[in-house]
Amino acid sequence: MRFTTLIKHPADWMKGSGPHSDVVMTSRVRLARNLRGFSFPGYSAERQRVELLELARPCVESLPEMTDGYSEEYTGLTKIRKQVLVERHLVSREHAARAAGCAVVVDRKQSLSIMINEEDHFRIQGIRAGLNLRSAYALVDKADTALESMLPYAYDDRLGYLTACPTNLGTGMRASVMLHLPSLVLSDQINPVIKAVGKIGLAVRGLYGEGTEALGNLFQISNQHTLGEKEGEIIAQIEKVIERVVSSEMNARQKLLEDSPTMLQDQVGRAFAILRYAHILTSKEALNLLSLLRLGADMDLIPNCDRSLLDMLLLEIQPAHLQLSAERELSPEERDARRAEITRARLQMLTGPSNVSASNSTSEEKPSDSNDE
Amino acid sequence: MKCDVCDSEATVFLTQIINGQMTTVNLCDACSKAKGVTDETGFGLAEAFLSQPPPAISAETTCPACGFTAAQLKKIGRMGCPECYGTFREGLDGLLKSMHKGTRHVGKVPHQIVTQNALVGNLGHLREELASAVRDERYEDAARLKSEIDLLQAKLPSHA
Ligand SMILES: [Zn+2]
Ligand SMILES: [Zn+2]
Repeated sequence: MRFTTLIKHPADWMKGSGPHSDVVMTSRVRLARNLRGFSFPGYSAERQRVELLELARPCVESLPEMTDGYSEEYTGLTKIRKQVLVERHLVSREHAARAAGCAVVVDRKQSLSIMINEEDHFRIQGIRAGLNLRSAYALVDKADTALESMLPYAYDDRLGYLTACPTNLGTGMRASVMLHLPSLVLSDQINPVIKAVGKIGLAVRGLYGEGTEALGNLFQISNQHTLGEKEGEIIAQIEKVIERVVSSEMNARQKLLEDSPTMLQDQVGRAFAILRYAHILTSKEALNLLSLLRLGADMDLIPNCDRSLLDMLLLEIQPAHLQLSAERELSPEERDARRAEITRARLQMLTGPSNVSASNSTSEEKPSDSNDE
Repeated sequence: MKCDVCDSEATVFLTQIINGQMTTVNLCDACSKAKGVTDETGFGLAEAFLSQPPPAISAETTCPACGFTAAQLKKIGRMGCPECYGTFREGLDGLLKSMHKGTRHVGKVPHQIVTQNALVGNLGHLREELASAVRDERYEDAARLKSEIDLLQAKLPSHA
């Protein structure tokens, strides 16, 4: 498959929805694997990396999942194309920065990607929509078992799968879930939730803007330990924790709707208005406003707004995707203009937030909420 | 606010909680890109910022397989090749305890290893039988056992 064909189609996880898709964007699992008899990529000469690639790439391409897939060595990719793969979550930023001896193989559905010569010889990654770590694990587990029958893995009875970094030893597995938590942020409950999750051996990450506001209200929760626990146990624990975070977010949404409907509608309405009519959008602003719009869509405040439309847009307006569609490099100013142009076009078919009639909204509002100070 | 890595103005503020400890990292644009922080897959992040106690390994130890030195290990916190785990085994347990739930793998085992372990187990069993056959002067049994052992041994990659 050619690069353009791969990118023309949305990935399976963008189109579909999974359990708790209104809060959980994606579930991802990756396995780190290495071969016996080769230095790790970070400490091997280019000649060795190329040798490993020549041995390993045909095996990876021969996996049944990779039939009609996309396979590319990085020396054949432009900077922008590599960056597009990063924005699609198919390769890591670290991997994209490398060149000779590095390659990626992706399945047709863009659910399974295998990076060759990342920090480890193999990074096998599976991605699913919604909360679906089990299914993402099943995907990578199968590919891993097939690869292992063809290639000599570095494995130790006591330490498990041997990885370049000791933090990945054992299962070599990192399971992670991307969450959209706008209501917990809007109602100032996000910090206790993050702290509670962090206390039980999971890592929570958010990209923070000024103060405590996370960019796009997106948070990632993943396992920190890889040695001393079974894969299934790790996944079950994360899913249990995520279920709790999801219900906190849903409760917060309900509470916002009951206690502060005007504030909520104001936020969603403003987000829609700016995105629909702006001519300059930085990625930070777009990310934060799209988050509010997604919240509005999930809460039926915007009629006929499909969540997947917004998730696709989120992807389309990233820098490399913008430059790919423009077929040239764009300056940051040009990107901001083009980002706004695409956003206006995509939102054109929407009618905008539903308007609650004045009599309705006053009866809903509690007196304590009116800010007459 | 200043970037934690260089001295430029920080634009990315990252909060990460591991084992209940909150770490805040402030980075400038360039450094955040270099560290892969803006990559929301973020898999490399824990490795990049998790401060680890240096393993207690004598400085002159060098991996015979790849030439990686203890000094390099201390500096970058990563191994040179799979054999390094044998080379730098002393002092590794303390490091592993600080970053993991346990120090022994309990998860998936590669099929090859499962089969190999079963072979090795069988081999041990056959060797015992052979010894007792020889002891009892049952030479026909011993010859049969010997050829079975040879067959199994040929199947093992390392001829263990
Ligand atoms: Zn910096
Ligand atoms: Zn070594």
